[in-house]
Amino acid sequence: MADGTQTRLPLLEVEGLKMYFPITAGLFRKKVGDVKAVDDISFTIFEGETLGLVGESGCGKSTCGRAILRLYEPTEGRVVLGGEDVLAAPPGELRAMRPRMQMVFQDPQASLNPRMTVAGIIGEPLDEHTTLNRAQKLARIYELMDKVGLNRDFANRYPHEFSGGQRQRIGIARALALNPKFIVCDEPIAALDVSIQAQVVNLLEELQDSLGLTYLFISHDLSMVRHIADRVAVMYLGRIVELASRDDLYDAPMHPYTQALLSAVPEPDPNAETSRNRIILKGDVPSPANPPKGCNFCTRCPKVMDICREVEPTFGEVTPGHFLACHLYQEAAVGAANSGANPEQSASLQDPNFQQGEA
Amino acid sequence: MREAAQPVLEVNGLKTIFRTRGGEVHAVNSVSFDLKPGELLGVVGESGSGKSVTMMSLIGLLPSPPAEVREGSVMFDGLDLLKCTPAQLRAVRGPGVGFIFQDPMTSLNPVFTVGYQLREPLLKHMGMTKAQANVRAKELLELVGIPDAERRLKDYPHQFSGGMRQRVMIAIALACDPKVLIADEPTTALDVTIQAQILELVKDLRQKLGMAIIWITHDLGVIAGIADRVMVMYGGQIAEQGPVKEVFAHPRHPYTRALLQTVPSVRGERADTLNVIEGQPPILRAAPSACSFRDRCTQRFGACAAANPARYDVGPGHDAACFWDFDTDAPRAEAPVKEAAHG
Repeated sequence: MADGTQTRLPLLEVEGLKMYFPITAGLFRKKVGDVKAVDDISFTIFEGETLGLVGESGCGKSTCGRAILRLYEPTEGRVVLGGEDVLAAPPGELRAMRPRMQMVFQDPQASLNPRMTVAGIIGEPLDEHTTLNRAQKLARIYELMDKVGLNRDFANRYPHEFSGGQRQRIGIARALALNPKFIVCDEPIAALDVSIQAQVVNLLEELQDSLGLTYLFISHDLSMVRHIADRVAVMYLGRIVELASRDDLYDAPMHPYTQALLSAVPEPDPNAETSRNRIILKGDVPSPANPPKGCNFCTRCPKVMDICREVEPTFGEVTPGHFLACHLYQEAAVGAANSGANPEQSASLQDPNFQQGEA
Repeated sequence: MREAAQPVLEVNGLKTIFRTRGGEVHAVNSVSFDLKPGELLGVVGESGSGKSVTMMSLIGLLPSPPAEVREGSVMFDGLDLLKCTPAQLRAVRGPGVGFIFQDPMTSLNPVFTVGYQLREPLLKHMGMTKAQANVRAKELLELVGIPDAERRLKDYPHQFSGGMRQRVMIAIALACDPKVLIADEPTTALDVTIQAQILELVKDLRQKLGMAIIWITHDLGVIAGIADRVMVMYGGQIAEQGPVKEVFAHPRHPYTRALLQTVPSVRGERADTLNVIEGQPPILRAAPSACSFRDRCTQRFGACAAANPARYDVGPGHDAACFWDFDTDAPRAEAPVKEAAHG
């Protein structure tokens, strides 16, 4: 749970992952362009940690999670899980890898087959990947139901008989069935009520401690991610703009988008809310089919410079463990040697309450 | 805000049920509240707590059957809205009470232009000519911050982004200059940066237009930022109600307290474990004969199962429906005494 990232073993390495969906037109479905849902992202997840992946809807965070598990066929890139290349594996090998990487889906209503009983749903991965006999399988199903806090007596009930939180527990039990090492949690709490969200998040944390799981926790809920994640990556329009340890990111966000995103989250404290200085971004997220030239964020960035509209910033480490893709800091980092460098500008940006240029 | 002013909306003992195959569901149980001119009342609660159903009952927006508004009165402008004829209600909706729905995607008609949908209430309620309505429609779009309004009037809803569509919804609700605006989770479907834009817009419009607003949400943070008064609903009833600063600083209902503690924060201290409200919200098969929160409550004692607590005053304009008195940390005198022994 620390941020000593260098000492621990990487479990998952993602390098230059791209997921483009073709846009077709006309009678012959001719390809006319790409939706760049995930555009060249790289990160590492260490064993036993939780990496939070946050961003607004349409930024590509779910696609990223799915592409890593090869639920889509990524356009380009490399994904290595525990030393094995997920993207290069032929179908047979990929299937053998599946038990190690699992997924908890967003909508517990849609991701559980309404015609299967709870025991059937949790037991299905066991049918596919193990040779347990009936009694062993049932024992395992009961064990899993205990683990996620479901009453064993409900094993023969159907998903519609459960509440949202309980359904999500069923989904988690199914993901755990094959003793995975790595679980992608794709907005597992987004469909749940506030009071139920905390229950599910606590369950995920308990399971992580007892089973040594590694999570990629995808969410748009910044406060929940702050609670569960060790490190956090912020995505915008298909790219990771900032990746840092949880405390670094929330206490001293560097990228203008991260700053705006954090400042936009309302706080349940009326005194703080009325006095707080929000950064209000103007406009909407551009279409990923036609991203702007240069930095993806240049159309909404309150600190936009000329270079941002021309050159795409590279994603690099600015301080140990703090990765960033922003010209403001790259110029400062490269130093005065480069023309146009302005260290003061980046210093002023670290003030989380900086004012937007044209309000 | 303006304590002395006559309320624009007075709801008394509202009771709404749904007839389902499994029996009746008592979605709203004896809800009473009022709304003062220019006030922003925030309504929070989980799904199923009755917050939307309450507000839709007010202006007869629930389909009947299965819904049935069984009891109560809703006084608006000298009229009891629950006794109005459909024609009278139609006259109230729009110029009297405007409604913003949660999902801007499904509540705009996809086959009509935004301009058409904006002009519709103006032609129907305000008696404008088409030319006048066009001018006003353009003004409204400008008011809610949509650039290039004249051209955008000819666009269809799918040509707008989510945040822009919600702005259009707001513009339609504002078209007839309503005295009361009811906003049902207007920002829930939106991203946080867009939500921040809409919240700023609403604050701004309030200053300009001065209408009373009822804002339904499950996000306590949103309420904290914009509301004057907050009403917390649970199990189809009002659990606690009071000035927003009071309720957040000194919540007097165990549910409000628990709710405020379960929400993690993006700023300030980070707790190691999240506080949890154990259990599930109640299923409202019958009118409550006991406190509906008691199974999940940390303060429960014998009286909670014996009777449904009334709303007790706990401060100026602040009341909570709980037998436990957090000021003295003891049961209230009003709590049924006999059962209190085995708590």
